[in-house]
Amino acid sequence: MQIDIEHIARLARVALSPEEKKLFARQLSSILEFAANLQKVETNDIPPTAHAIPMKNVLREDKTIPCENVEEILANAPDEASHMFRVPKILE
Amino acid sequence: MKYETIIGLEIHAQLLTESKMFCSCSNKFGDKPNTNICPVCTGQPGVLPVTNRKAIELAIKTALALNCTIEPSSVFARKHYFYPDLPKNFQISQYELPLATKGYIEIEVDGKKRKIGITRVHLEEDAGKLVHVGAERIMGAEESLVDYNRTGTPLMEIVSEPDLRSPKEAAVYTQRLAELLRSLMVCDAKMEEGSLRCDANISIRPIGEAKFGTKTEVKNINSFKAIEKALISEEKRHLEVTEEGEKIIQETRFFDEQTETTTGMRSKEYAHDYRYFPEPDLVPIEPSTEWIEEIRQTIGELPQQKKERFITELKLSPETAQIMVADKQTGDFFEAVVKLHGQPVAAANWIVGDITAFLNEQKMSFNELALSPAQLAEILKMIDTGTLSNKLAKDVLFQVLKTGKQVKEVIEGAGLTQISDESELTKVIEEIIKNNPKQVEQFKSGKTAVLAFFVGQVMKATKGRANPQVLNALLKKALH
Repeated sequence: MQIDIEHIARLARVALSPEEKKLFARQLSSILEFAANLQKVETNDIPPTAHAIPMKNVLREDKTIPCENVEEILANAPDEASHMFRVPKILE
Repeated sequence: MKYETIIGLEIHAQLLTESKMFCSCSNKFGDKPNTNICPVCTGQPGVLPVTNRKAIELAIKTALALNCTIEPSSVFARKHYFYPDLPKNFQISQYELPLATKGYIEIEVDGKKRKIGITRVHLEEDAGKLVHVGAERIMGAEESLVDYNRTGTPLMEIVSEPDLRSPKEAAVYTQRLAELLRSLMVCDAKMEEGSLRCDANISIRPIGEAKFGTKTEVKNINSFKAIEKALISEEKRHLEVTEEGEKIIQETRFFDEQTETTTGMRSKEYAHDYRYFPEPDLVPIEPSTEWIEEIRQTIGELPQQKKERFITELKLSPETAQIMVADKQTGDFFEAVVKLHGQPVAAANWIVGDITAFLNEQKMSFNELALSPAQLAEILKMIDTGTLSNKLAKDVLFQVLKTGKQVKEVIEGAGLTQISDESELTKVIEEIIKNNPKQVEQFKSGKTAVLAFFVGQVMKATKGRANPQVLNALLKKALH
């Protein structure tokens, strides 16, 4: 199966070396080929499902519960300023 | 060649829930940055989103008011893209199977009524807020700071059919939609604060042509006024480019409110490829008929129905009636005053006039008002009985608005009650007659218009507190 590995790498924002491109193209291709076996299943009479489990309307009440780990989450930021996540320039 | 303009709008409305769309963080605006965040909305590994029932109900309520069909099954999907305001690197939204479809809303522009189709109503989660450092906006910023408080808050998207034919229709459509959302208590619909956002798709085509022209999408429309301005400017650009024999390029354009022009946003280096797929952590929403009917019961009278009733039953002018239905608070306040006092036009005049002026001056909204309907009714009754003159009533109203004190308290505290006591007024009148013999002569020689001069003098002497009816009668008697 033909894979546009550069397009996929760009979408995922990962830089790949020429060796990695070859390797991942081969691996992704064989994963897709394996999954493509599903195409052989006759599905004309089967309604499409969005989910593997037969459940619906799993809802919670509109109530707030303050989170205990706010500082921990912020501590995971690569950089922080004024209690905000600091990120590099977005547009060049 | 003659062209017609085709416009379709995507409106995003922040829902008035307590908590976020898929987690229990607070959905409060204006808190300290990154205090309403949790592992779910910041996309930590292994967390499980659970849908907010209220958000679904508010969206169904809106969809029903917009005459939509509630879909028997709707599904949340992941929409993938990278941006710092999106911590999970995907947004949970609805794609192939939205909550509701195929509705309409009626608008009236220049006396012409038109039905504008609603393509779909769906739910999604909002992104975080970026503060750009070193520049006013993203262009030129050195770096950015991210506040994830808004991340994951419920957002409803309402997509119209390409049924709008002018910038003005687009503006009216948005106003009608905003007042509907406010009256349903679904969204406070303040464009300046971002609780209602509008992206506009616009194209032109020769009249008679069935095929649409190439469209552009206009973003950064941040006020109701800006909708019409942005679209007028973009419509003009489409016409100019086409007349010159050039082609419109499909792109997103950024509206600048200062210059009232749109500029193309730098196109991303690659085409959009959102890789939508059903969100595996959420199950479908399949509202039962009973649930939908239960929600329908909560809708009540819609703003435009209310407007009709105010015009036909309460005899308000169409303009005044429109102001009374702009949001739920104003309409409820007005009706409460009418119930207590019984004179709709008087109540409406005070609300449209002095109360609205006060609110605008203080940059306050109706629900922050210190005045209760009972207090306004009390003031109106005092005007009816002559206890307060119109002018005094305004002073009293202003004091109540400013201090939140009781009407009686204000009147007693400032010595504002009307003087209806005949002997007290007679004393003042006699003094004025004595000091103005010339005017008395004029009156006696038939120039009855001079009466106004005496009224003015007495009002001046009593600081406007003289009861006009009593004063008039006493003056006429004294001058004859």
